[in-house]
Amino acid sequence: MLCLAKDIYKIYTMGKVEVEALRGVSLEIEANEYISIMGPSGSGKSTLMHILGCLDTPTRGEYYFEGKKVSDYTDAELARIRNRYIGFVFQNFNLLPRLSALENVALPLIYAGVKKKERLELAEMMLKKVGLAERMRHRPNELSGGECQRVAIARALVNNPKIIFADEPTGNLDTKTGSEIMEIFDRLHSEGRTIVLVTHDSNIAQHAKRVIRLIDGKIVE
Amino acid sequence: MGEILNLAFQTFRAHKMRSFLTTLGIIIGVTTVIAILSLIEGLNQSVAKQIRSIGSDLIFVTKFSMVRMGPTNFEEIAERPDLTPEDALAIKQLSSVETAIPTIEQNFAKLKYRDKEVAQTSIEGSSEDFSKAYNYIVEIGRDLNFDDILYKRNVGVIGSYVAKNLFGDESPIGKDLNIGAHRIKIIGVYKEKGSFLGQSMDNLIVIPYTFYDKTFPRRRATVFEKAFGGYTISVVPKPKMVERAMDEIRELMRRRRGLRLDEPDNFELGTQQMLFELYQNITRVGFVAIVAIAVISLIVGGIGIMNIMLVSVAERTREIGIRKAVGASNQNILLQFLTESSVLALVGGIIGIILGVLLALLISIVSPLKAAVSLWMIILGFGFSAAVGIFFGMYPARKAASLNPIEALRYE
Ligand SMILES: Nc1ncnc2c1ncn2[C@@H]1O[C@H](COP(=O)(O)OP(=O)(O)OP(=O)(O)O)[C@@H](O)[C@H]1O
Ligand SMILES: [Mg+2]
Repeated sequence: MLCLAKDIYKIYTMGKVEVEALRGVSLEIEANEYISIMGPSGSGKSTLMHILGCLDTPTRGEYYFEGKKVSDYTDAELARIRNRYIGFVFQNFNLLPRLSALENVALPLIYAGVKKKERLELAEMMLKKVGLAERMRHRPNELSGGECQRVAIARALVNNPKIIFADEPTGNLDTKTGSEIMEIFDRLHSEGRTIVLVTHDSNIAQHAKRVIRLIDGKIVE
Repeated sequence: MGEILNLAFQTFRAHKMRSFLTTLGIIIGVTTVIAILSLIEGLNQSVAKQIRSIGSDLIFVTKFSMVRMGPTNFEEIAERPDLTPEDALAIKQLSSVETAIPTIEQNFAKLKYRDKEVAQTSIEGSSEDFSKAYNYIVEIGRDLNFDDILYKRNVGVIGSYVAKNLFGDESPIGKDLNIGAHRIKIIGVYKEKGSFLGQSMDNLIVIPYTFYDKTFPRRRATVFEKAFGGYTISVVPKPKMVERAMDEIRELMRRRRGLRLDEPDNFELGTQQMLFELYQNITRVGFVAIVAIAVISLIVGGIGIMNIMLVSVAERTREIGIRKAVGASNQNILLQFLTESSVLALVGGIIGIILGVLLALLISIVSPLKAAVSLWMIILGFGFSAAVGIFFGMYPARKAASLNPIEALRYE
């Protein structure tokens, strides 16, 4: 089992107000699953995804990644896990504005200790895979939303991760570009990767083999 | 590592003006420290040469004052008559004087023998009593004698440093060495004297002043060359007669120059003791200044760097979040920002080193002070600025490294 969440709470305290973003979420994800997490805005989808991706920690409850409790990993180990096992596609892309598409895609490889030449070769390969080879010298502000999304996907893939988390990967895109992006995810799944898709669009969620619904920080069936 | 350095330079280029202003404190600090250090080093070299004979109570007769501090009228000094070998002969006759020698010198000469050469050598044009005045002992061969002076012979006695470096195990006696186009036959070698104030006292060649006069044209173009070129006379007084010898020399020189009672001296008298005290005062002031400047620029430059790095960390919070999300460890981030602050400081340090060397050269050109830059000062400048960069970059870098990735990604 890849991910195991047991009764997870995430509580944000802002002054005197407490916001319970997650209220007792339990979830298992097996290798090679294709899951989508659905729910209205503010239901805690992104929060859950960040915790599942070892980017954030739960306030209460236990989360196991690859069989080990995340709170038992050191910072350096967590960084390694994020680098080698996990690929993120963020809701708002999160590309570095001063780097070209190619350099953005190559970024995770720096922290994997890959040599520069090899880094750029791998990054170029990934950009080809998402159909963006001819725009690889451009910076994010010279690219369209769909193109940025492809760069973000290529970056998530470049380290050959076990699991890919994508937060509203089609949220900012028109239907046509959206379905092109979804084709990429479908292909990645058929190649044997685990995919977790966050969305509030049921058409998108249909691509997944299992759909989890989140309302007010709780899973409903 | 190369990647991190590259990144640091990129940020530097992206904010040229801001980076430059930040490093100004370090630039100013390193510039002044290097300039003062090289002036002190230059002073060491010239003072060491003057105080070559530790133990003997030498009196110097010169055109300019070696010991007076404060404003000096170089034009007036340049107009004074030169001291001459004849003055030295007359002083030698005084009852309180053991001997007096005229010396004319040239520093930083290059000597050659076959394919070997030594540099930074002083050529001393003097008389047969040079070794007596400056406590040199001839180890092999013979010393200069009166005939060498009289017949303006192209002969010379060399210091042990020159002998070792030009001749190795060969005997130098009877060999010809070259100074530029001139050949000089070696007749003797002085016994090693060691070094004083870090300067070797064995890197010299002594030749008859008559031959020197004939061979090496004197440059007299600038006021300084007029004031400081030419002969100085070193006088060895009889035991316990320094005071009396000074009085007699003053009186003799005034008479020889026909000065009226109301006219001031147009020459200067100094002793080794006075020179040494002056030297100590100057270096003490210099070192206090260096420490003060170093501390101030360390604080100013360091705070500047800390400030700009904090700004940089805040500006790039999202970048840090992104890097962490794709696998950068806390240590990666720490190193990235530390490298950046060190590069910032080092660029300042390099500019400071260059400016400091230029400043020292400039002072050497427009004033009689001589500057000598050496490698350890440059290393010191580097070390100093790197230390500032690392020390003051530590806090911002830690702050960056300890950012929570999710909070960093949310930052706007
Ligand atoms: N850092 C934070 N501080 C305070 N409250 C937060 C923080 N992050 C999230 N929240 C709150 O937690 C709840 C869940 O947020 P989350 O971003 O997970 O929602 P979401 O399901 O992803 O919504 P959307 O579909 O709009 O992206 C929201 O009410 C949000 O305001
Ligand atoms: Mg969200």
